[in-house]
Amino acid sequence: MSSSTLSRPAVNAVSAPAVRKNKKVRPATMEPRWLKITLLLLAIGFLTIFLLVPLVAVFTEALKKGWALYLEAIIDADALSAMKLTLIAAGIAVPLNLIFGVAASWAIAKFEFRGKSVLLTLIDLPFSVSPVISGLMYVLLFGAQGWFGDWLREHDIKILFAVPGIVLATIFVTFPFVARELIPLMQAQGSEEEEAALVLGASGWQTFWHVTLPNIKWGLLYGVILCNARAMGEFGAVSVVSGHIRGQTNTMPLQVEILYNEYNFVAAFAVASLLTLLALLTLALKSIVEWRTNENRLQAIAELPEQIA
Amino acid sequence: MAFEKPQQSTRRRVIPGFQLSLGITLLYLGLIVLIPLSAVFANTFSMSWEHFWETVSSDRVLASYRLTFGASFLAALINVFFGGIVAWVLVRYSFPGKRLIDALVDLPFALPTAVAGITLATLYAPNGWLGSLLQPLGIKVAFTPLGVLVALTFIGLPFVVRTVQPVLEEVEKELEEAALSLGANHWQTFGRVIFPTILPALLTGFALAFARATGEYGSVIFIAGNMPMVSEITPLFMITKLEQYDYAGATAIAVVMLILSFIMLLTINALQAWTRSRQTQGRTR
Repeated sequence: MSSSTLSRPAVNAVSAPAVRKNKKVRPATMEPRWLKITLLLLAIGFLTIFLLVPLVAVFTEALKKGWALYLEAIIDADALSAMKLTLIAAGIAVPLNLIFGVAASWAIAKFEFRGKSVLLTLIDLPFSVSPVISGLMYVLLFGAQGWFGDWLREHDIKILFAVPGIVLATIFVTFPFVARELIPLMQAQGSEEEEAALVLGASGWQTFWHVTLPNIKWGLLYGVILCNARAMGEFGAVSVVSGHIRGQTNTMPLQVEILYNEYNFVAAFAVASLLTLLALLTLALKSIVEWRTNENRLQAIAELPEQIA
Repeated sequence: MAFEKPQQSTRRRVIPGFQLSLGITLLYLGLIVLIPLSAVFANTFSMSWEHFWETVSSDRVLASYRLTFGASFLAALINVFFGGIVAWVLVRYSFPGKRLIDALVDLPFALPTAVAGITLATLYAPNGWLGSLLQPLGIKVAFTPLGVLVALTFIGLPFVVRTVQPVLEEVEKELEEAALSLGANHWQTFGRVIFPTILPALLTGFALAFARATGEYGSVIFIAGNMPMVSEITPLFMITKLEQYDYAGATAIAVVMLILSFIMLLTINALQAWTRSRQTQGRTR
């Protein structure tokens, strides 16, 4: 996936000639014109039906009855409290997964130890678990019949059908995002720069803040953007643990579901349009980070001959 | 990468923070992932084997497996075909709006599944933009198994594109030119030079899309109609069990799904290792 573009070493022997050649026209390896046009039409047709039409439909449906009703749906008290809860959940889940991601990639990229590949697989695990099962796990742990159910009741602590449960489910489904962006990036960068800093007398934390962090900042940002998008948009896992209490345990995606099921389509799509704007913002930021990383790479390649000379 | 080997023996002594970083990693992994997941497995041990087997092989569950895995398989196939073409077009051709389209491919990753669900359901409903076009042809999408297929195709769309794209970028022009100048035609060059190079990536993309689709919930439930035996997916059936407070039943089905996803995860890891070895082989050649 896109992580491989980030993880590739900055100076790549293979892509250097390829970059120079892109400027020339290569008729020999080009397909016949009719084939090229057919492929283009197929690709664009497929993407139009599956991506563009739904995207336009969200906003059309939201504004079907005009801006007044749209705004009314957004400043509705339940909608606002759903927004607040979504921000809280993401605001806790993203920083925690960020700290974990940095710690995990430091341990995995800078050191050799046994069981590393098992650890890597375990970190990826939440991606392959169905959202419904992610929620179910916490029901089994904290529900009335769950492992900690009696203890929680005695101490009057509510996790399930309350904010803590929603936060936990959100953390679980967004668990791997930062780590899986950073691990390949830090592995590709090696530890020569850190070693140099340490030999010159920097402390471990100084090395991390002044050497490692500037090197991984784009990858970090990339992971945080993806993590945040999923944290704010998660539906299945949160739906199982939330209990759907209006104004209290409804996140924005759950609010969308409730409104839709009540046939309040304009309001449902109004809230959905906010989530769609968030998705578009995510894509825009993601593309900017990708272009930035690519430019850095091309620049490094362009500067290469001078350095050698 | 080979030149990094000799340094690994000294690395342990120079760089600090091994215990701290690994400690945080293992603690967090244990609390967030391992303990909750083991709760699912531990809970099934309280069931008798007969009860477990009865639950996971009832007619209604079997029908939901067939729909979930069948539709996921078809959706992943559709994505291999169109995703392969999209990757090809994005890597090989230049056309106006290419950057925009490239960025838009990730929309299914970024768009919350509930939003995708209600939008697809509205579009393909008999009075929706796409549903009203298909209605005269006698094709019903919303509230049928076909709707499940549409939703799963949508959420699996980026996987094949994003795994094939980087591999296609690295296909060496020299090899293609050599094949062409030695007298191979375009189809032969594609079949013998390009296709073998991108095959591991295509399979990885297929497996990723398939694995994601089997667990999908949010984007499917709105468009599926959720009729038992007909258009009810397995994740929804688990929810139904939970809502009836049949925790044991829901857990039993969850265990079956978890084991299947672990098998898929291992397959995907093996496929990705294969893709990487193909790529590095290409580089060193």
